[in-house]
Amino acid sequence: MLEIAIGIILGCCALGAGICMGIGAIGPGVGEGHAVANACEAIGRQPEAKGAVTSTMIMGCAISETTGIYALVIAILLIFVAPGMLVNTLTNAIKTLGV
Amino acid sequence: MKEKNTRFRVVDILLILMMVLPLVAAIALKVCTPLIDAWLHNQPIPEVSDGISIAGAHIFLEIPMPIQNLVITEAQINAWLILITILGACLFFTHGLKEDKRDWRQMAAEWVVEKLDGLVESSMEELFRKSYAPFIGAILAYSACSSLMSLIGVFPPTSDVNVIAGWSILVFVLITKNKLKAGFGNYAKGFLEPIPVMLPMNILGEVATPISMTFRHFGNVMSGSVIATLIAWALQNLSRMVLGGLPGILGEIPFLQIGLPAVLSVYFDVFSGCIQAYIFAMLTMLNVSGAYPADAIAERLAKREAKKAKVA
Repeated sequence: MLEIAIGIILGCCALGAGICMGIGAIGPGVGEGHAVANACEAIGRQPEAKGAVTSTMIMGCAISETTGIYALVIAILLIFVAPGMLVNTLTNAIKTLGV
Repeated sequence: MKEKNTRFRVVDILLILMMVLPLVAAIALKVCTPLIDAWLHNQPIPEVSDGISIAGAHIFLEIPMPIQNLVITEAQINAWLILITILGACLFFTHGLKEDKRDWRQMAAEWVVEKLDGLVESSMEELFRKSYAPFIGAILAYSACSSLMSLIGVFPPTSDVNVIAGWSILVFVLITKNKLKAGFGNYAKGFLEPIPVMLPMNILGEVATPISMTFRHFGNVMSGSVIATLIAWALQNLSRMVLGGLPGILGEIPFLQIGLPAVLSVYFDVFSGCIQAYIFAMLTMLNVSGAYPADAIAERLAKREAKKAKVA
């Protein structure tokens, strides 16, 4: 029984990490693509402003990347930290309950 | 021009040693970690394994303290070592400053200071320019050098969330200090705007700034190291699969691991680390500058003037 429970915990953690990263990557991807497209347009229209546009774009890209990074942190926590913590909680609960 | 004397040269060499020795010490610490661990905890030295592990900073010591154990980790030690290196570099570049001197060292130092002043000038308000340039420069140098530490193969301090959380708390203190400049009443009233119901939201928004700054920097650096580790592991397995059939040492040649990790490290370590340092400094400047309640202070001054005029 315990084996099945631990298996479910590990599987759910992996699944959760995958879903988290997959959905979380959509937003920054679309946003950064939009930013870069507009920056290219701006450079095409005004080639002399290339330096300013590029540095502003990199800055904006890095900031809009933040939500994706949050998803990544959560995914990494789910893979490397959460399983051990949850399994510990489970075993402790079983010990205290005396099942 | 006066010739450089012996004393000058000796101090120079000492400063160069001050720059290089902490990095050597960091590498030595990394290499000797199992030995130090064994000595500190009286354990047998563990066998060397070639498996790749993804773990946080290595914990060397735990000192019992009243509230929580004081933990000495690899990240803290590396952070202090990089601080000593930066201090050495600063002293080296400013050693023997003179007016009207054409020296490459002085030129480099002046260039750095000029660029930094320009950066601060372009993104902060008039009031902060002079006083905040050293702080911003310190954050930039500390963050960039910490991220670049992974190039020499040691644990970069920026890959530990606690280090960056410390910087973010510092920035939060500065923001709050600037917000308090118009008086505590004004600061407290800011939480109830535009309507009092927004109080929890405003408090959350206040706390979210340092947290988002922390996780942006930490996540970028750590994701780089995690991805680099995973790719190195995959390439190791792949080259074993391709050459595994060959007998003896021929099957152990890591031919796929040459090249690609280096290219990736240029992106993840150099580019990402420097960009994150720049962004952290930029956000610090914008947040601190934006926290200054210029309108409220102007209003206050105007009121005070009016009062004085009335009394007179």
